[in-house]
Amino acid sequence: MDAIDRAIINNLQGGFPLSERPYAEAAASLGLDEDELIRRLEILLAQGTLTRFGPLYHAERLGGALTLAAMKPPPDDFERVARIVNGFPEVAHNYAREHEFNMWFVLATEWPERIGEVISEIEKATGYAVYNMPKLEEFFVGLRFEA
Amino acid sequence: MELNVIKHSVVSPHRPVVDEADRRLLAAIQHGLPLSSRPYAEIGARLGLSEQQVIARLQWLKEAGVIRRFGVVVRHHELGYASNAMVVWDVPDEQASELGRCLAGFDFITLCYRRPRRLPQWRFNLYCMIHGKSREEVMAHLEWMVNHCDLQTLPHAVLFSRRRFKQRGAVYALGER
Repeated sequence: MDAIDRAIINNLQGGFPLSERPYAEAAASLGLDEDELIRRLEILLAQGTLTRFGPLYHAERLGGALTLAAMKPPPDDFERVARIVNGFPEVAHNYAREHEFNMWFVLATEWPERIGEVISEIEKATGYAVYNMPKLEEFFVGLRFEA
Repeated sequence: MELNVIKHSVVSPHRPVVDEADRRLLAAIQHGLPLSSRPYAEIGARLGLSEQQVIARLQWLKEAGVIRRFGVVVRHHELGYASNAMVVWDVPDEQASELGRCLAGFDFITLCYRRPRRLPQWRFNLYCMIHGKSREEVMAHLEWMVNHCDLQTLPHAVLFSRRRFKQRGAVYALGER
């Protein structure tokens, strides 16, 4: 990754033009030409530096739902619980964290009602309480990652 | 026409605003925009829409907040951001909005939310995610935030990630209803 790749990543996280030639427009703002920008995006995607070039959706406004949930299984039972939780297709990602509440995962479901169902199913399968921590208010941040 | 980030929103009740044509359009680009000179024309050709229709509909979906943002989606670990901490605060409810906006203003904060307390087990109601290249960097960011937003007296906890099990992102069953 060189300085041009870094400029692409730093400048194209928040906004991308909605115009007939969006790559040409974005490239111009970076001092590149269209072909060069497309070629570099292809390489960054192939290398896995980028997961994709495209949209991030707002689950609730698509009719689906997202929530953050936490559990605090005892450390000696953590692996078993993690395997069960990760086996649910609705679990989008899961992190082990340093705290009594040591497991934090995001649930993404196609229907709002499904969140409560999945939480009950996880509680039943693991034998531990799941704490639902849905967002009440979101504070939007700007640029995500500086390369 | 630039797609800009909305600065702040209070979560409203579930309110789908997309129709079937929107779902097909969102499904067509959910794994990425074509890397070609006229990507919106290419999408339109697949869906039987004109380039202008695709552009106008995406603009509307962006304004309606269905598309949160549009651009490169990075794998932060691959960029050297090895350390991430979820920092949670116990703040008076009436101050949560103001403090949330203050925290969200830092460029090392990648997510910031107000969430419910779960008393007595969990007292914290304001969450932010700090990414850094090391633990030391994350802790230095935290100290800076505490001073800048006057958080010295508010209880908080720092939950560093030990392990990431799964990161697939949300996958939506678009166009299947």
